Order: sequence, then C-alpha cells, then structure tokens
Amino acid sequence: MASSETAPAAGQRGKGLAPFLRSQMRNIAPFLTLIFLSAFFAFASPSFATIDNLGNILTQVSVTGVIAVGLTFVILCAEIDLSIASIANVTGIAVAYFTLQESYVNIPNIPLPGAAAILLAVLLCAALGLVNALGLTVIGIPSFIMTLAMMQIAAGISALLVRGQIAYKVPSLISTLGSGSIGGIPWIVIVAAIMLLAGHLVLTYTRFGRYVYMVGGNREAAEYSGLNVKLILGAVMVISAVCSGVGGMLGVAHFGSAQQNEFDTYLLDSIAAVVVGGTSLFGGRGGIGNTIVGLFVLGVLNNGLDHVNIDSFLKILIRGVILLVALIINVYAQRLREQAAE
Amino acid sequence: MPEGRQPILELQGITKSFGGVEALRGVDFALLPGEIHGLVGENGAGKSTLMKIIAGVHTEFSGRFLIDGAETHFRSARDAHAAGIAMVHQELSVAPDLTVAENVFLGNQPTNALGLVQWRRMAREAGEQLSRFGIDVDPMSRLGDLPIGLQQLIEIARVLFSGARIVILDEPTSALSPPEVERLFTTLRRLREQGTAIVFISHFIEDILRVSDTVTVFRNGRKVTETASADTTKGALIEAMIGRGGEALEHSYSDDLILPRPSDSSVVLKVDQLSLTRSLQDVSFEARAGEVLGIYGFMGCGQQELSRILFGKLKPDAGTLIVEGKPKTFASTAAARRAGVALVPESRRAMLFHQEPVFKNISISILDRISSLLLKPAQEREIAKRQVEQLQIRPPVVGLDLGMLSGGNQQKVALAKWLTYPPKLLVLCEPTRGMDVGAKNDVINIVRDLRARGLAIIVLSTEPETVLSLADRILVLKRGAVVREFKNEPVSKDRLLEAA
Ligand SMILES: Nc1ncnc2c1ncn2[C@@H]1O[C@H](COP(=O)(O)OP(=O)(O)OP(=O)(O)O)[C@@H](O)[C@H]1O
Ligand SMILES: [Mg+2]
Repeated sequence: MASSETAPAAGQRGKGLAPFLRSQMRNIAPFLTLIFLSAFFAFASPSFATIDNLGNILTQVSVTGVIAVGLTFVILCAEIDLSIASIANVTGIAVAYFTLQESYVNIPNIPLPGAAAILLAVLLCAALGLVNALGLTVIGIPSFIMTLAMMQIAAGISALLVRGQIAYKVPSLISTLGSGSIGGIPWIVIVAAIMLLAGHLVLTYTRFGRYVYMVGGNREAAEYSGLNVKLILGAVMVISAVCSGVGGMLGVAHFGSAQQNEFDTYLLDSIAAVVVGGTSLFGGRGGIGNTIVGLFVLGVLNNGLDHVNIDSFLKILIRGVILLVALIINVYAQRLREQAAE
Repeated sequence: MPEGRQPILELQGITKSFGGVEALRGVDFALLPGEIHGLVGENGAGKSTLMKIIAGVHTEFSGRFLIDGAETHFRSARDAHAAGIAMVHQELSVAPDLTVAENVFLGNQPTNALGLVQWRRMAREAGEQLSRFGIDVDPMSRLGDLPIGLQQLIEIARVLFSGARIVILDEPTSALSPPEVERLFTTLRRLREQGTAIVFISHFIEDILRVSDTVTVFRNGRKVTETASADTTKGALIEAMIGRGGEALEHSYSDDLILPRPSDSSVVLKVDQLSLTRSLQDVSFEARAGEVLGIYGFMGCGQQELSRILFGKLKPDAGTLIVEGKPKTFASTAAARRAGVALVPESRRAMLFHQEPVFKNISISILDRISSLLLKPAQEREIAKRQVEQLQIRPPVVGLDLGMLSGGNQQKVALAKWLTYPPKLLVLCEPTRGMDVGAKNDVINIVRDLRARGLAIIVLSTEPETVLSLADRILVLKRGAVVREFKNEPVSKDRLLEAA
C-alpha cells in the first residue's frame, strides 16, 4: 500500500522484476494463500463456492473485521494489543447492562435509554483504551504486558457486571446493526465494510495515518523528526479499544446474548487476520488492504473446514498450522524486503 | 602492479546496476597481500557498492571475480566470510541489544563441548582484544548504551581481529577522535605487516595519503586513477575525484584563523548551568541569531547528550534552557520543534526512514505546516524536489526509497528535513560526516546562508575542521564541562586539540 508510491522507480527497473516481486512478497503471499484455499475448498465441497456461502463468510468475519481495524493501527506501530477481545466482551456486556432486560434475567442492572447505554459503553471502552495508552506511554510498560493486564481487568469488569448470568437485550439500534439486514445484506457486514474503509482512508490519506507508518517504520527517527510519538502511540491504543468496543456491541447483538468469555476466540482471530494479511509485526508495513485479505483467508479457512468432512478437533490444529505458516512468511517477507533494499 | 606479487583479490570489468541506474561501470580492481589500499570518490561514486560486491552482500553483477587467481562467485556474505573477507560497513551494523562481548564474537562465540556459550571466557577474551586496541569498556555492558563512536570502535575491533585476510573498512573513522584514529592506523600497519590486505575508504584525504600504500579514485561508477600514495598529492586526488581543480575546496586549518567579533544580535538560546549525571557539568552558553556557535570536543565529551537535551530528547538533571527569553522544559521532541528548535543527530540511522521514499523523509518534520488533516502528496514531492535540487542529492528522484541512496546523500536528506521551514535554532551534530569535499563545501555554504537569514546555529563536532570551517565562536567541551571559549581571536586545529 504505502510502497506502491515507489512505482515511478519500479517503472525504470528494466530487468528488476524479481527484486520487485521479492519486495512485494508480503502483499502477494496472502493473496496466493487466499486463492489457493478458495480453490481447494471449491474443489472439495460443492456447497462452498455459492453466493449464499459467500454471504455466510462475510457475516462470519464481520466482528473480527471491526476489531481488526483498530488492531491494524496498533501493529503498524510495532505494538500489540492483547486486550481487544476482553474489551469487546466488556463493552458488549456494558451496553446490555444499561438496557432493560426481561424479568427472568437476574442481573441488578441499570436500564437507561438506548442512546445513553451506547454512549456509556463507548466511553467505557475508550477509557480502557486510555488506560492502555497511559500505561504504555507515560509509565512505559511494554504494550504486550500492559494489554495482558488490561485483558484481565476487562474480564474482571465483565464478570462483575453479569455475575455469571446472561443478558439478552441490547438497544434497538445495536440489535438492528448486529442482526438485522437491509436488502438482503446484513447490516453487520455493511458496518464492518464502512469501518474498514474508514480505517483505510485514515491510514492512507491523513497526516495521522502517515505518522502511524513513520512511527512504526523507525520510532527513533520519528522522534528525531519532532513527532509526538507518545501521543501517536496513545491514540492508536484508544482507537484499538474503541474498535474492539464497537465489535463487541455488534457481536452481542449478533449472537443474541451477552455473557462472560463470549469473545475469547476473537483475540487470536483478529491478530491472525492482521498478520496473515501481511502487515509487518515489526511495524511500518502493511495496512487495511492487507487486513481485508487476511480476514478473507481466515473466513474461507474457518468456513471451508466446516464444509469438508474432517474431525472437528483436527480443525483447531489445522488453523494453528496455517497461522504458523503465515507468521513465517511475515518474518521472511521482512527479510526479503531488507535484502531487496541492500 | 608493484613488485609483481600475486593479487589476493582481483576484479575485472565489474558492472553493477540497480534497476536502470549503473552504480559501477567496468571497474577493474586488484588487491595485494600486505597492502593498504585507499579508496576515494564523491558521494555516490560507487565505493560502497564495490566493497559490498567483494563482501558478498551484492551477488548480482557482471564481470570476473578472482580470489588467489581462481574465479569465484559468492552467493552470500557468509561465503565471503568463509573466504576470509571481513568488512566494517559505512552504516554501523552492530547488534545494540547484545553485550559488547557478544558483538565482538558475533557469529563465532566460544562454546564448550555441549555447545553452550562460554560466557566467562568470551568476556575475558573480548576484554583483552578491546584493550589491545585501547578500548576500556566492560565487556558485559549492553552495546546500545555506549556512545556511537565507541560502538564503531568495537565493530572495527571485531573485524580487525576476526583473522580475515582481506579487511574492508568503509569510512571507519567518521565517528572517531584523533587519538583513536591514530590507534586504528597503528593496528592497520601491524596487520599489513602480517600480510593482511586492507581496503580503507575515507573522505579524509590526508588520512588516506598517510596510511595507504595505493590510492584508487572513483568517479561516477568508474575508476579514474590508481597510484602509489607517495606519488600523488591531496590536490591531485581531489581534482581526480571531482574532475576539476579542488585546491579551493579544502583548507587544512593548520594555520591560524581569526574568529570575528562576537555578534550582539538577540539571544535565541541561553543555556544555564546544565548538568547531567556523568555527562555534563554546569554547562552555560548563549547562541545568538545570525551566529554559528561551534562546540568542539573529543568523542564522549558530552556533545551528544547536550544536543539531545536541546531537542527535548533527554532531560537534564539540573539547569535551564531559555529560548527567546522564555524558560523551557521540553516534554518531548515535538515540544522542542514547536519552540523552533531543530536537531540533526550524528547518526543517520536515528534520523531517517530507510524503507520510505526520499520525499516522505523530507516532509515528515513539516507535515503539519502543509496539511492539517489530509495529506498533500503533490506538494510534499514539490517541496522535496526543491530540496533535492538545492542540496544536489543524487540520484534526484524523490520517489526512491531512502535506503537506495549512498551514505553521503542520505546525510544530505537528513539536513533537508529542516530547511523548508527553517527553525530559530538549528543544532547540527557532525553535519559533514561522510560527505565528500564538494558536498562538505555545499553544507558549509548552506549553513552560512542560513546564518545570513538570521538563524542561530550550533555545530557540534569531533572534527576540528568541521568546527573551524563553520563557527564564528567556539566552545571546547571536555569531560562534560566547557573548558575554553575562542572568540575574536586566532584559532587553529592545533589550538583546538590542545584545549580539548
Ligand atoms: N540498494 C540500492 N538500490 C539502488 N541504488 C543504489 C543502491 N545502493 C546504492 N545505490 C546507488 O549506487 C550509487 C553508488 O552508491 P555507493 O553507496 O556505492 O556510493 P559511495 O561511493 O559509497 O558514496 P558515499 O561516499 O556517499 O558513501 C549511488 O547512486 C546510489 O544511489
Ligand atoms: Mg558509501
């Protein structure tokens, strides 16, 4: 994405196709993986390559997609956020907590009007993101540790709010966006698409987006260029938490319930989507375009495995192996790029 | 070929291009055992490229490559290493997170029968090697915590003592103080006696003439001459390098130079009693508009720390900064930039984004001036193009990734970042390091021009020439304290060295 701007130089490279491909490995490999997986499942199962199933896949990756938008910012800065799933969970629970529940739901909650419930939930996730941001930038705790702690804190708040119970009702706006559809297209897919698009536009066309890439590319140089690196890092942590929160609210509406540990698989899935898509774990390379490809790889894989007849326990292992391969490619692509730049 | 010895290494008709651009065209190069071979040429002439071919970094090129008379083709730097070739790269390539000892033994740590690293032995041997080279440092300290000059010395030591038969030094002295350069030369001469072949690249032509047996001059990817050092002069070499008379470009600064009367224009920066543990003691001075203040001292005298404090990267333990009459404590580099302070640190790596194109490198520190929310790439390129032209950065393509420029051209980009919207106070650390004579002259002219436009400029350097060529007033820093101020009086290289 960012590297496409070297196109004029690429044009002069008469016999430079090999180095060019090498430097683009990070964008090409995920794409090939996607094509390969799709072809494989289409061949293995007649029910895979249908319009209906495409709709399924899109719906299945939507919540992950919303969460992954913010995570892309974080990983581009060479940081990590392990609290995304917990923050999604607690935000989803919070929005239900502030909504009037059926009488059989035994939670001492505080019913408020829908707009207020949504506002409070968003404030909650933003506040948690702010704590992450302060821990990382002001105190200097590595994001890996800081967000690990936040993962536990958010899980704790979730537990206190629902106390082992399940809530069902969320504000009507949320339930429409999470589980309704318009013209046959689920709203949740539309929301995910809009968030991904917005993330892409911010990263590509705004000054802030440029700063994110530069901080990720060389943090020291960003500082010596007079950028407020801490402010930028803090901002991406808050963005990540808010995206997670939005994903959490939509997810709760989509699943039809809000409960503890509902989002646990989303941590791995979101990180996988970003990394499999080719965004560099070392920062500065990749973007939302990569994340979208990563989401599709993951979606096709998860969905496709359901269409073929294999042991459901084996599926877990297969997913792990694919993730490992993607990580290897990610690290390797970085090295190839550095070599191409020698 | 003198004495008819068999070359240890011979290159014939080497041509190397990066995409469409030819970096080397039909270069012949031979290296004899027991010779120190100096290499000079303008920025971008192709020196580093040729050396990287020898060291197995660049593996795609055309031409013949012979070692001990036998045709060879390296597939990687490891192959070259196995053939006894070791190189100190122009860009420092140490591992900052490892210890000094690990860096010295990088790749071949001593291990016991179980394959475990013998830490104690490694630390002891590293310590011995370094002290033989006059470096006194705890082998178990983290390398990244040491000053950049010391890191460079350690890297040089690693390569010199690696037992290689061919040693390549690409601008090794740029961060060293005169006594350290002297020690390096002594070691090189000793290695030469043992039959090691050494290639030595530098923009300090006196150094080249002093230490090398043969000098080769590159221009525009071609070898223009090769002569015995004894048969040539500095002027002749410069002329060969740039293709015209070069006497006017280089002064030797051995004679006295009279500094002008101190300016009485407005004080832009006042530094009062600045102290930092183990680095700076009660440093006080003023920098005035339209004046260049030079700060000279040996490596480790506290210059680096001082420059970091001025730009808000480090916090002093005590003391105040007063910028245009207002006391400031910079919470971040961004705050310093907003207050009108700019810094070009001595390390390019710390200042530049190697994987990003040149124009993004230039625009990064002024983005908020040209765009509030949305980027304006066309305007960024426009601004970058102007700077590239003004500083004569080669190749003049603003879309090229920065990592593809030669070292000296990268240095120019680092300066270009601050020139579009000049700050009130410009702090330059080693502004001409790694630049050829022509480029140095360009920088000198740019700095004078900025001074004429009323900027306050501080130049910090460990090279007396740099300070002498630029400064109107000179402070000498020694072990973190200002020990001497030269103003309105004669000054020379010797006087500076004496004071430090
Ligand atoms: N990886 C690369 N990709 C594209 N061009 C390159 C690359 N490396 C070097 N070049 C180009 O090759 C030319 C020679 O560069 P080289 O680094 O050899 O110069 P140099 O003589 O070492 O200069 P300096 O004194 O500035 O270090 C330059 O024009 C440079 O831009
Ligand atoms: Mg070079």
